[in-house]
Amino acid sequence: MNARFFAAQRITAFVLAFAVVIHLTTIIYAVRGGLTAADILARTHGNTGLALFYGVFVIAVAIHAPIGLRNVLREWSAWHGRTLDTSLAFLALLLLVLGLRAVTAVFGS
Amino acid sequence: MTETLNVEIWRGDEKGQFQSFAIPTRPHQTVLDVVTEVQREHDATLSYRFACRVGMCGSCAMVVNGRPRWTCRTRVNAVIGGGNHLRLEPLRNFTIVKDLAVEMTQFFDKWKEAHGYFEPGPHEKSDFAVVSPQSRERQAADAGIECIGCGVCYSACDVVGWNKDYLGPAALNRAWTLMNDVRDFDQAARLDAVSGDDGCQACHTHMSCTTFCPKAIAPTYSIAGLKRAAVIGVLRGAR
Repeated sequence: MNARFFAAQRITAFVLAFAVVIHLTTIIYAVRGGLTAADILARTHGNTGLALFYGVFVIAVAIHAPIGLRNVLREWSAWHGRTLDTSLAFLALLLLVLGLRAVTAVFGS
Repeated sequence: MTETLNVEIWRGDEKGQFQSFAIPTRPHQTVLDVVTEVQREHDATLSYRFACRVGMCGSCAMVVNGRPRWTCRTRVNAVIGGGNHLRLEPLRNFTIVKDLAVEMTQFFDKWKEAHGYFEPGPHEKSDFAVVSPQSRERQAADAGIECIGCGVCYSACDVVGWNKDYLGPAALNRAWTLMNDVRDFDQAARLDAVSGDDGCQACHTHMSCTTFCPKAIAPTYSIAGLKRAAVIGVLRGAR
């Protein structure tokens, strides 16, 4: 792993350590009172703060996960080089697009 | 302890096998004494390396009962656990030349790849450099400077085991001592050399190198220092 990937993975891990805890706490708390999906969506639509939080979350995941997967594949398979990096760049893009699409759907007004 | 040791020694190259010898136990016997006795009294074709016999040269390292060690500084009593079985193998992660002797070229080539040599700069200095022994840099260099290149850490390293191109603990430790040499003029190139896919960031911090180093050096901490330096370089836009 080169220094840029290493730094990006560590910085996003720092973000995710907080974001995952907040995310899990929120979803566990939200369903305790028997809220339905429609109830939750009614509360989240138009919430700019949560939209920003999950936007950062998605960006961190889109950076962190492909780098980690690249490390695993480089160590445990013979797949190295440009095709690996290109494939994982597409995976990062896919995670980013799908994640931001979900953020827009849940928190958009 | 019983009167006879059952000694299993690896014979041949990668496709070799273990051969057993019965060797008398002797007071204060080291593992190197046992290997020498096998060669002198039982089989003169046994190949192994040694030079100083006092823990200075680092050439007699082998895997003794599953752990990499200097055989000259390992007493038999300390490794047989009250039994009489001794199993000797060549160092792992090296190509076997024959029996207990391994090829170390790749190991030392990686020191060069890691830029593990001093760069004095383009101009001759007019005076001696003054380096305080108390300075943070000098103390960091001192912590790793006693490495004698025996290969024990390289043999113990899991990452080298699954990635033959990984630079390894010894080369990275050497690079870290030079990163802390304030007289050196090529730190940027050195940081680049140790920051590739097979460099310091590939270390999993298993700490086997630190556990087994006979000189009590902690290459894991040297590698952590290189990782920090590389991240700082990225954040400052230098990489």
